[in-house]
Amino acid sequence: MAEIIQQDKHQGGKKKPKKHSTAIDMTPMVDLMCLLITFFMLTTAFAKPKVMEIALPEKIKKNEKVEPPKIAESRTLNIIMGPNDKVFWYPGKADPAALVPLQETNFSATGIRQVLLDRNRALFKKIEAFKGDVVSGKIEIKQDSLQSAIRQLKKNDDTGPIVLIKFYKTAKYKNFVDIIDEMSIVGIAIYIVTDLDWLEQNMVERALGIPLTAAAPATAKK
Amino acid sequence: MPKIKIQHKTPHVDMTPMVDLFSLLLTFFMLTATMKPSEPAPVDTPASISEKPTPDKNIMTITIAKDNRVFFNVDNGPDTILHFRPKILEEMGKRYNIVFTPQELRYFEKNSVPFGVNIKDFKAYLSAKESEKAKFEKGIPIDSTDNQLAFWILFSRQVNPTAQSLIKGDNDVEYPTVKKVLDILQDKNVNRFSLITSLEKVEVVVQDAKK
Repeated sequence: MAEIIQQDKHQGGKKKPKKHSTAIDMTPMVDLMCLLITFFMLTTAFAKPKVMEIALPEKIKKNEKVEPPKIAESRTLNIIMGPNDKVFWYPGKADPAALVPLQETNFSATGIRQVLLDRNRALFKKIEAFKGDVVSGKIEIKQDSLQSAIRQLKKNDDTGPIVLIKFYKTAKYKNFVDIIDEMSIVGIAIYIVTDLDWLEQNMVERALGIPLTAAAPATAKK
Repeated sequence: MPKIKIQHKTPHVDMTPMVDLFSLLLTFFMLTATMKPSEPAPVDTPASISEKPTPDKNIMTITIAKDNRVFFNVDNGPDTILHFRPKILEEMGKRYNIVFTPQELRYFEKNSVPFGVNIKDFKAYLSAKESEKAKFEKGIPIDSTDNQLAFWILFSRQVNPTAQSLIKGDNDVEYPTVKKVLDILQDKNVNRFSLITSLEKVEVVVQDAKK
């Protein structure tokens, strides 16, 4: 602190000069600064939110006749988001004649992720090996082309599952983000968000043990 | 015996280093501060592993709050030369037969906050005091009978075709509402959009895949 040390000279007779400390009381300034810092710390948005990109298939216009794409039943995996973060899944196609029971699982690391990993093993390993090679320097690649290289790997893959993601009406937005996130964690090449049909709705309600709300459309009844 | 005089001295702490540090911190925070954009409703976004940062211009954001209210905002960054916002509001006004005054348009341009206001209340909303604005935030109607969100999206894209669509939803929004918003976006030929999330790290190793 800027304090001038004054030497005391005791000389008789002379009037003592009044000692004045040049120290300034800084407490109010510190108080104010504390306040301002607190204010700025609280109003600063530190972590900028991130975005997750998704693309949905183009909608089919009402007067357009489009054949649904043919996909291999053996590779199809249906995932249905239920209420209370429940996840149901079944492989293949729902057939009213031979109903497959729904498997119930959850969002833990051993839940739906394991199911997806088991089916996507080949592709997942390929992507991980590729990433490993890039990190260790075996493959030289520009930083910004890594993502497109991985996309190419996914595109060329024909072993992984085709995941159809559906939502029961009481599912939450969180499930929507979580399941799409799960797709990118596991490296699923093809996934589609579609609507739940009446049969699947019934399957979910049966699994939940609540009364069925969906009836078969007229064309499906025989 | 004379009493020993105890010198009365206030204990003095040298505050200089503290002040130094404080001024440093204060300068740092003041310079890095980007104010948190004010929000009419608190939204708790879900987490994902995506590390892509949110763009801060050329965006239109659709916010879905916990109580299924829908908010909309257009942010074109600092380039106010193009005056996107007043143009969008003017188009909206034409569609619903409401004439906005230049003052109202200018006010709308300057205050880039998400709004969830029925277009019929918009004039009142713009002239209302800051503290009374909340009562107009009933959410933008998205029903098929009165689908104002669709028109906001339509005009935003007409005025600024390069705008990206962002969706910011709360964890607990029910899927049918999300589905409705997605349908509206798709009806307006927006098939590619970004979901705003917070960051979460997940490690999956090859061993998990073996088993």
